[in-house]
Amino acid sequence: MVLIGRDAARLERIAADLKTRGAGSDIRAVTVDFLDPEAIRAVADDVAQTAVDIVFIAHGMLPEQDACQNDLSACREALEVNGVSPVLFAEAFARTMEKNGRGTIALTGSVAGDRGRKSNYVYGSAKGMIERYAQGLQHRFAGTGINVVLVKPGPTDTPMTARLKDTGTRLAPVASVARRIARAIDKGVPVVYAPCRWSVIMWVVRHLPGVIFRKLDI
Amino acid sequence: MRPVSSWGRLDANLHQVVSLRDQADIRDSVLEKEPGIAYGMGRSYGDVCLNPGGLLWSTAGLDHFIAFDEATGVLTCEAGVLLEDIQENFIRRGWTLPVTPGTRQITIGGAIANDVHGKNHHVAGSFGDHVRRIRLFRTDGETIDCAPSEHSGWFSATVGGMGLTGLIVEAELQLKRIDGPWLDTETLAYGNLDEFFALSDASETDWEHTVSWVDGLSGEWGRGIFMRANPVGGERPGPRKVTLSVPFTPPVSLAHPGILRCFNAVYYKFKKYRAGRAVAHNVPFLYPLDNIREWNRAYGPEGFFQYQSVIPRETGKDAVHAMLDEIVRAREGSFLAVLKTFGKRDAVGMMSFPRPGVTLAMDFPNRGARTRALFERLDAIVMQAGGRLYPAKDARMPKSLFEAGYPRLEEFLKYRDSGIASGLSRRLMES
Ligand SMILES: Cc1cc2nc3c(=O)[nH]c(=O)nc-3n(C[C@H](O)[C@H](O)[C@H](O)COP(=O)(O)OP(=O)(O)OC[C@H]3O[C@@H](n4cnc5c(N)ncnc54)[C@H](O)[C@@H]3O)c2cc1C
Ligand SMILES: NC(=O)c1ccc[n+]([C@@H]2O[C@H](COP(=O)([O-])OP(=O)(O)OC[C@H]3O[C@@H](n4cnc5c(N)ncnc54)[C@H](OP(=O)(O)O)[C@@H]3O)[C@@H](O)[C@H]2O)c1
Repeated sequence: MVLIGRDAARLERIAADLKTRGAGSDIRAVTVDFLDPEAIRAVADDVAQTAVDIVFIAHGMLPEQDACQNDLSACREALEVNGVSPVLFAEAFARTMEKNGRGTIALTGSVAGDRGRKSNYVYGSAKGMIERYAQGLQHRFAGTGINVVLVKPGPTDTPMTARLKDTGTRLAPVASVARRIARAIDKGVPVVYAPCRWSVIMWVVRHLPGVIFRKLDI
Repeated sequence: MRPVSSWGRLDANLHQVVSLRDQADIRDSVLEKEPGIAYGMGRSYGDVCLNPGGLLWSTAGLDHFIAFDEATGVLTCEAGVLLEDIQENFIRRGWTLPVTPGTRQITIGGAIANDVHGKNHHVAGSFGDHVRRIRLFRTDGETIDCAPSEHSGWFSATVGGMGLTGLIVEAELQLKRIDGPWLDTETLAYGNLDEFFALSDASETDWEHTVSWVDGLSGEWGRGIFMRANPVGGERPGPRKVTLSVPFTPPVSLAHPGILRCFNAVYYKFKKYRAGRAVAHNVPFLYPLDNIREWNRAYGPEGFFQYQSVIPRETGKDAVHAMLDEIVRAREGSFLAVLKTFGKRDAVGMMSFPRPGVTLAMDFPNRGARTRALFERLDAIVMQAGGRLYPAKDARMPKSLFEAGYPRLEEFLKYRDSGIASGLSRRLMES
């Protein structure tokens, strides 16, 4: 297993945790600049020297919508970290996977990517980009041994959402969300909502007529 | 700020909650801020893990394992790791925590800070007996590694120290070999307290786990069900996993005296009828309430108390007798009532609750002044018998009883961290 991140100490902590849990002793940690295409390519090629079976791309950050509206650098950062960077990683691994003809690439979108909302549309548009990208990749690999899985979590209790707790947002426990994601990756499901109920909720949200939707304070 | 309660749900005061994410985070979040207190899983019943109107350091994110030595069974992990996580991971690898309380949904930090006990106190002592090292972060920036033989004052102040000596960052625990998740159990009915003590004493040498449910409601109080168990090896099909939950807080407590009295009578008869030997999985036997999520809601919006005392053996029988008498007469008790003897050993912690004697724990729906008046009568019994109450379960004990029950309090206070305070510390230690 190879953990790719930006902070060596944090990765080592996760590696030690996994080893102690009995996930095997061959766990490597690699740091890279997540916005540097050359570095991403180099990491992917290095990792892919031994055949890669699963790539799980899960990084992201939740910006303040206000900040994105008022500070274009913040807006750009949100778009790049949540949209561009995951695509670069997926693309880098897609090339090496294509050579082997099998494996799974899982990308993390979000329910926020299903429809733009005033409270969170910059983040949402980056996640929407992930969805469109995953769709294209699924098309590209149709009929091959390569699965592309798009994961769409609902609000989940992780460090990213810590500040939402003060507003009373209901957050799903991370363990059950993770379990559902792991199962979807095993099966190669094209799109998975986690928890499951979000597939129904988001179906409704996507299909609400614009006149009604625009009156909602969400 | 957001409302936070502990397990008793007596109130939900606003707190400024800071989620600690990793060890690097701790320094920024804890250093020289206004006083705060660590909050693990909030499975304590009262205000030992609360700081109304102030800072709370949530340790849920400190949930990583650090290392495990397969040869010696020594596990190092962060303080927010759950007992459940350890047991699920290690029992199948042949290792177990030597001591666990009646729920697995608590953190290592909480287990140390309250020096929790289990059903095997007479053979294994309390949680602190199996802690090899604690890394403590003080709010002045100092890190102290303490162990039974190194900075031992810090160690025995921190075990049972109610989170007041510093933030526990990580700990090294000694796990114990085990053959699997199964227990050879025996259930016996007892008719009165004499029979209870006889059974307890007779079980001490041959049984690892002993506990009893006592009927504190019906006219025939003092009767109960005694349960004992030993680990047993062998492969069996795992238990069905059914998780129930109390989905919302009912507008009134479901613990109505009439219903409960009937329930107790039925429970006693049913258990008596089913008495005997059986092999059981450790989870339903040791943590019977863990598969009913948020059962604490059943007590309604006013919440509930637990009153847990330990009384020395010499005065124990009379005191338990007197307490049950008060409880039955007041018609305030509830279903959950546990009677157990502790082994003859002193705890590691200066402020640890367990001591040789007999412990009675009972839940009480919060009916305001009536409930508190009963507690005052119980306090008098505990005080006179030379016993103490368990701070992990307390939301109201008088200072005098606390001071009488914990003779090492003065010594303990020297180890307090001035940047840490809880509802309980303000109530019972003046700051
Ligand atoms: C169903 C049930 C059954 C129970 N059975 C038993 C039993 O059999 N025996 C028993 O002894 N107890 C029992 N308890 C009580 C429970 O085990 C204790 O209250 C335990 O301490 C709760 O741990 P927690 O992680 O929820 O901590 P909290 O309740 O959140 O906190 C408890 C204390 O630990 C401190 N603390 C937590 N983390 C840290 C840290 N990292 N550093 C410093 N201090 C910290 C807090 O400040 C507080 O003082 C039971 C509770 C329930 C709900
Ligand atoms: N939590 C939710 O409610 C929710 C809902 C929908 C979708 N998601 C998505 O789920 C994924 C996982 O998020 P999470 O909830 O688990 O949050 P998280 O715990 O905060 O994890 C986010 C991860 O992304 C990394 N990261 C952030 N910015 C980065 C950057 N600029 N460069 C490199 N790495 C960066 C972080 O690295 P560090 O450890 O170094 O900080 C962290 O490991 C994300 O894609 C998120 O958008 C989450």
